[in-house]
Formats: sequence, structure tokens, C-alpha cells
Amino acid sequence: MLNLEIIIFGALALITVVAAVMMIIARNAVHSALFLVVVMSSLAVFFLGLWAPFIAMVQVALYAGAIMVLFLFVIMLLGAERAGARLLLAWQAPLAIGLTVLVVLLGALLLLNTAPFEVVDLPAAEITEGTAEAIGQALYSVWLFPFEAVSILLLVAMIGAVVMTRQETRQEARDERKKKSL
Amino acid sequence: MDVGISILVWLVLSIVLVFMLLTGFAYTTLLERRVIARFQSRVGPNRAGPQGLLQPLADGVKLIFKEEIIPASADKVTFILAPLLAVIPAIVVFAVIPFGSSIELFGVKVPLTLAPNMNVGILYVLAITSVSVYGIVLAGWASNSKYSMLGGLRSSAQMISYELAMGLSLVALVVVAGTLDLNAIVEQQKQVWYFFLQPFGAIIFMITALAEVNRAPFDMPEAEQELTSGYNTEYSGMKFALFYMAEYIKMIVISALSVTFFFGGYREPLPLFLTQALPFLSVDHTPLLGPLYFGLKIIALLIVQVWVRATLPRFRYDRLMKFGWLVLLPISLAWVMITALVVLLRG
Repeated sequence: MLNLEIIIFGALALITVVAAVMMIIARNAVHSALFLVVVMSSLAVFFLGLWAPFIAMVQVALYAGAIMVLFLFVIMLLGAERAGARLLLAWQAPLAIGLTVLVVLLGALLLLNTAPFEVVDLPAAEITEGTAEAIGQALYSVWLFPFEAVSILLLVAMIGAVVMTRQETRQEARDERKKKSL
Repeated sequence: MDVGISILVWLVLSIVLVFMLLTGFAYTTLLERRVIARFQSRVGPNRAGPQGLLQPLADGVKLIFKEEIIPASADKVTFILAPLLAVIPAIVVFAVIPFGSSIELFGVKVPLTLAPNMNVGILYVLAITSVSVYGIVLAGWASNSKYSMLGGLRSSAQMISYELAMGLSLVALVVVAGTLDLNAIVEQQKQVWYFFLQPFGAIIFMITALAEVNRAPFDMPEAEQELTSGYNTEYSGMKFALFYMAEYIKMIVISALSVTFFFGGYREPLPLFLTQALPFLSVDHTPLLGPLYFGLKIIALLIVQVWVRATLPRFRYDRLMKFGWLVLLPISLAWVMITALVVLLRG
């Protein structure tokens, strides 16, 4: 069973990394967004493999679904999907590749120097941390205060966005009235 | 159960299910045309085969021989990918929908669901619906045509708006059911359907589901008078057929979901005294009746959808948005609170 897991993990990891690289390389913003969707979805499958079905589903619904659709929406509305043919900031690419290689090498060195991970095969019934019930229990008991604080933070941001767009429309209405009176 | 056998069962079930969905799609088109013809005092397609039963076949053959046109200025890869992205979510939703309890086949107990013990069923449904907007949006963008683009943008705005009320109507259901597992939800409706416990939730779910799949009266993305035919204007041949297929499979899916959530799923649609008098009519006694009951309920809801299309005119776009945000969302929020309060008070 472990071998099958490793094969699936390897294939998924390859897809994820390739999609992530393509997301950066793509010259068309819509294509970039689509590759990001691929990355998000394969991350969801990783969560499933880790017996965290709740987070996997939320990952798809929120990131691959809601947030990326909004991204696409904005990109299309602004018509900003096509970057120019000429590469601005051409010096960035070699620097980025160099830094990436460096970080990967450092990470590999660190991993080699630490003790190997212990692999424990738990029966499926014993893995309950990732279920919806467990997460709900934790959110509404131990982590209640941070959870509510985050909700209020998001609410503030939302009200702020509404107020800002309203002010704009008020300004526009005033301009409109001025034009009419002139 | 042996891993090999369970994978085999799984494979056979999936193939049967996909085959059923494709046949269902073909005959839903015929059902819609015939039923709408009845509503309009016409006869409808009745030439191909007895009662027009071969009409879907004729349509399919016609579409296969049509020329496939890809506009010169289209984004080729995305243009080809979009119809696929429209169909796949519609089909994979069925993985969590139970269409029967479990039957005994060659000494092996076969559960009639693809994912029998998945305690995230409802979340899975919501996740897939939130992804299903991509097909339409990308079709609109990749066609590089103004009509398609407007259709795609409209549909994404509409689907995002109505998803909220849909999610909330399901939250109320989950509060009552206490589980995210669709099998358990169906089994809980043995005595009383959730439609009677959650009337507002059920009605809001069905309205928003219609909007999610862009059916009349919410078919703004393909409003002919304004947008020619919206996101699929530039598509032809089999790629067009795929969009058609996505739309009709989604009709089946939302019927199946409504049945599962609110109309007792595969449980018998009969009053309790009747099943007590004639126990062989109950799903507990003859599990093979489960898929039959389920299919009949789906067909009933499909006819309701066609009925709605034949009766109601299309919404105006601004009213559609107002209806979603100012009517459905507050009602569903209030309904969630009322449900939670009642559940809390009853302990």
C-alpha cells in the first residue's frame, strides 16, 4: 500500500510543481490563473491523502472555486490578461532561478542532517483529527476567541469595501448634478 | 471486503452511472421538448421512431457531422478545454449521491453509492458547484467575442451570488440533520421528508439550484434577444453538444440533489401505513426498488423544471441580482437562525 501511496504522491507532486512553475512563466494572466487553479486542486488531493477531507473540500470550494473565480472575473473585466511581448525586468528571471536552486539545496542539506521521519501506519478509523466534527469542536471551544476575532476582522474589511465604493458613487452623483445644473 | 473486489465494484458502478447519465441526458432533451410542446399546445418532435423516441439519436448524429469551427482569434487551448470543464463537474457530483441502500450481488454486499462513508458529502457538492462556473466563464473569454464574453461574465456573477443563498439553505439542513453524509440524510427521512421540516430551505435550494445551472427563468447567460446565445455563441459541432450535455446533466444533478436532500432520496415515496400493509414495497425489504424510486422522483422534478421554463419569463439582469442579494440571502440567513434556535430549544 505504501508504494501505491508514493506513486500517487509523486505524480501529484510533479503536477503541482509543474503547474506552479507554469503559473509564473505563462505570459497570459488568464492562463496563470488557470494554472493556479490546478495547484489549488492538487493541494486539495494532498489533504485527502492526509485524511483531512474537510480541509480538502474547503480548499476546493474556497480557493479553487470562489477566490479564483473572482480573480478571473477581475482579470477579464479589466482586460489586463495579455502582458506585453517584451519582457520588462529581464534581470529577474536568472536571479529567481539562482535563488530557487539555492533554497532547494539548503533544504535538502537540512533534511539530510536531521533524523529520518518515523512512518506510522494508523488504521483509518483512528484518524479523526481532520473530520468536520473535530474541526468544528476545536473551532467553537478551544479556538473560539481567535475564530470570532477573525470573523470581525473580515466583517470590518467587507464594510470598508462597501463604504469605499459608496463614496465613489456619491462623488459621481455630485458630478452628475453639477453637469446638469451647468 | 477484498481491495481488488471493491475496486472492481467501484469501476463497474462508475461506468454504469456515467452510462445512465449520458442516456438520461439524451432523453431529458426529448422530455423537455415534448413536455414544452404540450404546454404550448403543440405536438413536439414525434417523427424519429415511435413517439419520437429516436430523436436524441438523430440529434447526436447530426451534431457529429457538423463542422467544428474554432475562431481564428480564439485562445485555442482554452477554447477546447472549456466544454470539458463544463461537463466534468456536472458528472462527478454524482459520486456522493446515494441511489439505493445496498444490494447483495454474487455474495458481495454492494453499496449503491460511489462514496458510501464520506462524511463531507454536502461540502463536496458545494465544492464541485463552485468549480463548475469555469467552463462557462472560460468559454466566454476564449471565444474572443463580445456576446460570449458578456454571457460568461453574467453567468459568473450570477453563480457567485446565488451560491451564497444555496450554501445557507444547506446549512439549515445540516443543522437539523447533524451530518454531512448524504446516505445518513436519506436514511433520516424514512418517516418524514425534510421538505416538510425545512420548507423554506427546500424552496430556496431549488430556486438557487435553477440559477446555478442557468436554467429558465435564470438563463441570463444565454439570453437570445440580447446575447445571441451567450457563452456558447462561437461553438459548433460536438463542442456545442458538450455544453448542451453539461446543461442537461446539471438539470438531472440538481433534481437528484433536491430529491436526496429534501424528498427522501431513494426511500419509498409512499405513506407509512401502505408500506406496513405491503412490506415488499419498502426499500428495506426489496433494496432493488431504491434506484427505481430515485429515478421516478428525479423525473418528477425534471418535469417541474420544464414546467417552470414554460411558465415564467426570463428575469431582467438587475432584478436577478436584486432578487439574489436582497430577497433570497436575507430569507435564507433568517431561516438558518430560526432553525438553529428551534434545534437548540428542543435540545
